[in-house]
Amino acid sequence: MTSQTTSKGHTLADLVQHDRVHTSLYTDPAIFEDEMDKVFANTWVWVAHTSEIPEAGSYKTGYIGRQPVVTVRDRKQQVHVLLNRCRHRAATVCEGHKGKTNSFVCPYHGWSYSLDGALRGVPSPESYGDLLDKADYPLVKLRVEEYAGMIFATFKDDIEPLVDFLGPARKWMDLFMKQGGGFPIKVGGEHRFRFPGNWKIQLENTTDAYHFPLVHKSFLSSVDKQTEEMLDFVEGPGFVEDLGNGHSVMVMIPDLVDLEANLEAPIPERFAALAEELRADYPEDQVRRIVRAVGGSGFNLNIFPNIACSMAFFRVLRPVSVTETEIHHAVITMDGGPEAGNRARLRMHEHFQGPMGFGTPDDSEAWERVQKGSNAGTDQWILLNRGLAKEQETADGRRSDVSAETGMRAAYRQWKKLMTA
Amino acid sequence: MNIELLNHASAFICQEADMLDHGEYPEWLALWEEKGLYIVPINPDETDFANTLNYACDDAKMRSLRVARLGSGESISTSPAPRTIRSVSRFRILADDGKTVTVRCAQNLREFRKEIQKHYTANLTYTLVRDGDSFRIQQKVVRLLNASDALQCIGYIP
Ligand code: FES
Ligand SMILES: [Fe+2]
Repeated sequence: MTSQTTSKGHTLADLVQHDRVHTSLYTDPAIFEDEMDKVFANTWVWVAHTSEIPEAGSYKTGYIGRQPVVTVRDRKQQVHVLLNRCRHRAATVCEGHKGKTNSFVCPYHGWSYSLDGALRGVPSPESYGDLLDKADYPLVKLRVEEYAGMIFATFKDDIEPLVDFLGPARKWMDLFMKQGGGFPIKVGGEHRFRFPGNWKIQLENTTDAYHFPLVHKSFLSSVDKQTEEMLDFVEGPGFVEDLGNGHSVMVMIPDLVDLEANLEAPIPERFAALAEELRADYPEDQVRRIVRAVGGSGFNLNIFPNIACSMAFFRVLRPVSVTETEIHHAVITMDGGPEAGNRARLRMHEHFQGPMGFGTPDDSEAWERVQKGSNAGTDQWILLNRGLAKEQETADGRRSDVSAETGMRAAYRQWKKLMTA
Repeated sequence: MNIELLNHASAFICQEADMLDHGEYPEWLALWEEKGLYIVPINPDETDFANTLNYACDDAKMRSLRVARLGSGESISTSPAPRTIRSVSRFRILADDGKTVTVRCAQNLREFRKEIQKHYTANLTYTLVRDGDSFRIQQKVVRLLNASDALQCIGYIP
């Protein structure tokens, strides 16, 4: 948007109130265009987990906003995030989702780049005379930092260090990574799907406990009684906490915040067979640690703007257009851990997640209907005041009950800060 | 070429397709071996389904839960239920050891739900166990043509 005023006469700042946001945040193509610059090109954006690029030459392609990038590990184990765009006439230099390569060779005229993006070779250079100094044309490199194995990149060279941006979210990341059960965490594949709706509808959903019993009724009907009771958390003792900078955590199952605590508790019914299988290879304390980790964490951590650490998987969102969003649900496995434990993880992920899961399609349907309903009315608002009545200040931010919209308010506060800066 | 076997196997698979298109799920569940697996992989070249992430990797319990969910009315993505019409063709016997037969065929499936028609194409590979004058399904692998892409949600059994 060139001016700060929308077609309804609101300023961008007016569109986000402390207890509501304007529907145009879901529907206005001009706002979406603006977000690509002011949000996605202007903050730390998650690009990969370190296990996705395990060796020298391993790469993963992806997007920051709509800009194609490559995340790659060089021969010195250094991670680079490069714009996926040849410096000659713009062709992408890397295709495919993940893989391994020695270099990036542009398919169009053959310019070749090393893993750190340096331009190494230009075919038939004579025609350039002395007009082309290769040192001037490396692949464009973003600033990259890593915390707890999570790799983030930014276009903004003068942004605060990643650790400061994450702030109190860091301790939740540390807790989340305990689901390796004593092994390093490894991304073990992902479900990728799209839904016809705005990216912020999904952003909100990761800290929306309110929808769970309703939207996921068919999933709850498909699990054992004990699991069903565990997932009956909407009126339970959990909470949502605003962690600053748009990040928030929703604790659904307080008992499963620390996966290394409470190891003497009885093993849940649904893991009895797995525990028995693991006992053949591991001592009892390790069996308990692995089994508890396999079940996943009892919380969702939303890191603004595009990644969540959600129970037992990473949720990645990618804005495609104002009315289309791509979601990746990456399953987390134990690197070098027991195959039986990892298989249990994979089957759990398939049960809920992905286009054929018992959970995701119902979420997707609900989000699609939010987008559709958003076309009704000309000047309507999205209410975000749930849990505001009981919200309390905390050391890290502010907190309210588990089904409060505190996390959404946190995200929109950050959105407003970036969009109106 | 064993035309009789080919006819026999393709008749069985056509019947299974017809059951799925017409929501005859109890009959569909009865076609399976108790230890049978229904698999929709992400990578069409995958062979180690147990140790990789799939879209679906259903044993008997998950198959019956999936069927129950489709008919429960509890899931907003499957009510109204999508309508599907699939055609299966290009049948080929890949292996036959006298007891089990491996058959590959093509499936073209059209889905319609709430104003939108979608098209999913897949290679199907069946491992069928001879059972009297019919078969039971030991394994069915649905390799969607675009499995490695970002899909839209699938609210039926492809
Ligand atoms: S566009 Fe890459 S070499 Fe010409
Ligand atoms: Fe959900």
